[in-house]
Amino acid sequence: MTAVVEQVTDAAPRRRRHTTLGLGLGFTGVIVLLALVSLFWLPFDPSDISGGRLEGPSLEHLLGTDKLGRDLFTQLMIGARIALIVGTASVALAAVLGVAIGLTAAFARPWLDDSLSATLDVIIAFPVLLLAMLVVAVQGASLWSAILAIGLAMSAVVARLTRILARRVLHEQFITAARTSGTRLPGIVFFHVLPNIAPTLGVNLALQFGAAVLAEASLSYLGLGAPPPNASWGRLLQEAQGTVLTAPVGAIAPGVALVVLVLGVNFIADGLRDFADPTRRRSR
Amino acid sequence: MTALLELHDARFAYGRRTVIDDVTLGVSAGQALGLVGESGAGKSTIFSLLLGLAAPHAGAVLFDGAPLDRRDRRMMRRFRTEVQTVFQDPYSSLDPRQRIDRIVGEPLRSLGIARGEQAQQSVADAVRSVGLDADALHRYPHEFSGGQRQRIAIARAIVSKPRVLLADEPVSALDVTTRIQVIELLAHLRAETGMALVMVSHDLSAVAALCERTVVLQGGRVVEEGATRDILDAPTIAYTRTLVSAIPRLPREA
Amino acid sequence: MSLLEVAGLTVTAGGRRLVDDVSFTVTAGERVGVIGESGSGKSVTSLAVTGLLGGGLETSGSVLLDGTQVIGAPDRMLRPLRGPVASLLFQEPLTALDPLMRVERQIAEPIRRHLGLRGAALQQAVLGALNDVSLPDPRIARAFPHELSGGQRQRVATAIALAASPKLLIADEPTTALDVTVQDEILTLLERLVAERDMALLFISHDLAVVARMTERVVVMRRGEAVEQGPITEILGDPQHPYTQGLVASARALDSALDAPATPGVVR
Repeated sequence: MTAVVEQVTDAAPRRRRHTTLGLGLGFTGVIVLLALVSLFWLPFDPSDISGGRLEGPSLEHLLGTDKLGRDLFTQLMIGARIALIVGTASVALAAVLGVAIGLTAAFARPWLDDSLSATLDVIIAFPVLLLAMLVVAVQGASLWSAILAIGLAMSAVVARLTRILARRVLHEQFITAARTSGTRLPGIVFFHVLPNIAPTLGVNLALQFGAAVLAEASLSYLGLGAPPPNASWGRLLQEAQGTVLTAPVGAIAPGVALVVLVLGVNFIADGLRDFADPTRRRSR
Repeated sequence: MTALLELHDARFAYGRRTVIDDVTLGVSAGQALGLVGESGAGKSTIFSLLLGLAAPHAGAVLFDGAPLDRRDRRMMRRFRTEVQTVFQDPYSSLDPRQRIDRIVGEPLRSLGIARGEQAQQSVADAVRSVGLDADALHRYPHEFSGGQRQRIAIARAIVSKPRVLLADEPVSALDVTTRIQVIELLAHLRAETGMALVMVSHDLSAVAALCERTVVLQGGRVVEEGATRDILDAPTIAYTRTLVSAIPRLPREA
Repeated sequence: MSLLEVAGLTVTAGGRRLVDDVSFTVTAGERVGVIGESGSGKSVTSLAVTGLLGGGLETSGSVLLDGTQVIGAPDRMLRPLRGPVASLLFQEPLTALDPLMRVERQIAEPIRRHLGLRGAALQQAVLGALNDVSLPDPRIARAFPHELSGGQRQRVATAIALAASPKLLIADEPTTALDVTVQDEILTLLERLVAERDMALLFISHDLAVVARMTERVVVMRRGEAVEQGPITEILGDPQHPYTQGLVASARALDSALDAPATPGVVR
């Protein structure tokens, strides 16, 4: 009986979800567009310091210039590219590493599972930024060390989620049915476990994307990210902070861009959640 | 007649708790055996042992007279082809993310029994013989009712043309009207294919409808066995008598 | 006047009718059954009758419980009815009992609230309630629900339900989750208590045989509608609605298997 009541209260906000998804795609789309265009065309050369210092927005420089005379809009577009690269690469690293470890823990004997889980818990307890700083201290500040650091930190969260989702699936009768049908471990993992955890995992990874972008922005803000001209939005924020009162656009623009991207990705994740498990609804 | 599948003096324990002890039972070709008992009697454990999902801590599982060696791949392949199963919960025993044709065809793929065209044909035949239309093949489990899902599970169980079907409470989760249909389907399939049946159930009426012989379990031991008719009409031990008299009966027709 | 008068009860959720225009009555001391399979709306009906349905569900029609209109009534008006007038017994005792509270506290709570007893008198009443459900062992009073067997938990749940001496006991599949021998004991217990206290009983189940044992009159529900109602003997002997006919025929077929079990070589 309670299943019916649950089903009914889920159906109501469906229209709201479609709006959320639409907004998310829109926001993210704008940033993706900026990044794609930046691959072929930029308004100015990134190292061109011909514009006046800290000029306000004009027809020539849509967002004005920074303290060295570089066009801000150009830097914003490059920052979009960086943000998307970091987001995608670190989530990909976290996904591959995290799912592998999570699945191992899910299938492992209790002692191995316990050790893995304890290790994961320790990693998760560490602030991402601290871990990232550790990696960067070893590897030096660069885009790839940022990706490595963020990816490693996130992989622990992905691993823990994968482990829990996989264990839940492993308790279902269709897994036993697969075993009695002669399917062996690789088949069970690829054809039964992964397809069933993928939707929830996918939503989580989408949310991690936003977190990764913010983490990189924080690293860059602290001076630990990629240096200019491959500057990310975080770096732009750091450079603009001294002049935020006299030339506010320099700080507002990258800030808004960050918000738009992260919000957009989170909205997509939220909207996807509705599509994540419609097939599991029981129709009695 | 040698037994097709049997347990011999089997014992199984979880840690220090013995779940079943000294259990001997078996089914021969074409026979139907009911395993009856209340919760904690050890039915599920026996079911797992007969399915080769676990090994007994003492005693043996015998398949065609030979001890079942779970590490012997060839033997296990033959075992899984010839011993198939239907589970209790039709809402949990089908992978919600797979289409029916993939679900029913899984034994054929995993056991290397058939591929491609031939496999498709076998799957279509199996689905038809459980009374479902061909268009069911391209649908997903959530589009079907409990009774239909159980039929799909039965189709998956018979696609490899097994000699023994192990059924764990196959009708307990179903509505009364569907229950009788699935029971009739199982009886019909048995008659057609000569398949043996081992059915675990707490519901004696389902066992009575399908199984000529019954084993009664209590506290992990076999306390009574024999022809189902004899157990129902003249149970010899107190526990069985209590069990039989506790079954809710419809008032006699006027 | 009837103890429970349900007229045109309709419960809608998101456009779907879970209960559709259902009407029936229960008079004092009467034993009425509701037969239905999954999705019939029988459980929703039992919750609607006590005003326990959650938000998100629209309820219309009329439910008069001992003269009080339940539909649309605020909770503070319904609370005094739950316990002394009508009480619920659910299917799964493990979820109906608070796992963190000892049995004696859970039984004491309704007694204290409705009978106003305290201290030693309360203690006596709790032990008396446990005695009534054939659980005289004092250790059971001190136990937590998970330490008891399924049957014992259901007896405790029964004691709680009867603590305020309700006029109507609504039992929703109270024995479905129990072993067959335990089911028999609980049904015997309920029969005795209902007779002793002259209570009315609304017994909800999918099991025709159990309902036949526990009730005199039956309402048959299907997909939210009450398709047929009448004395149990008539429903079983001469069902009118095609659904009821199918239901009775299936139940008889299963029941008759017990008299004529499968024998080798005989194909059904």
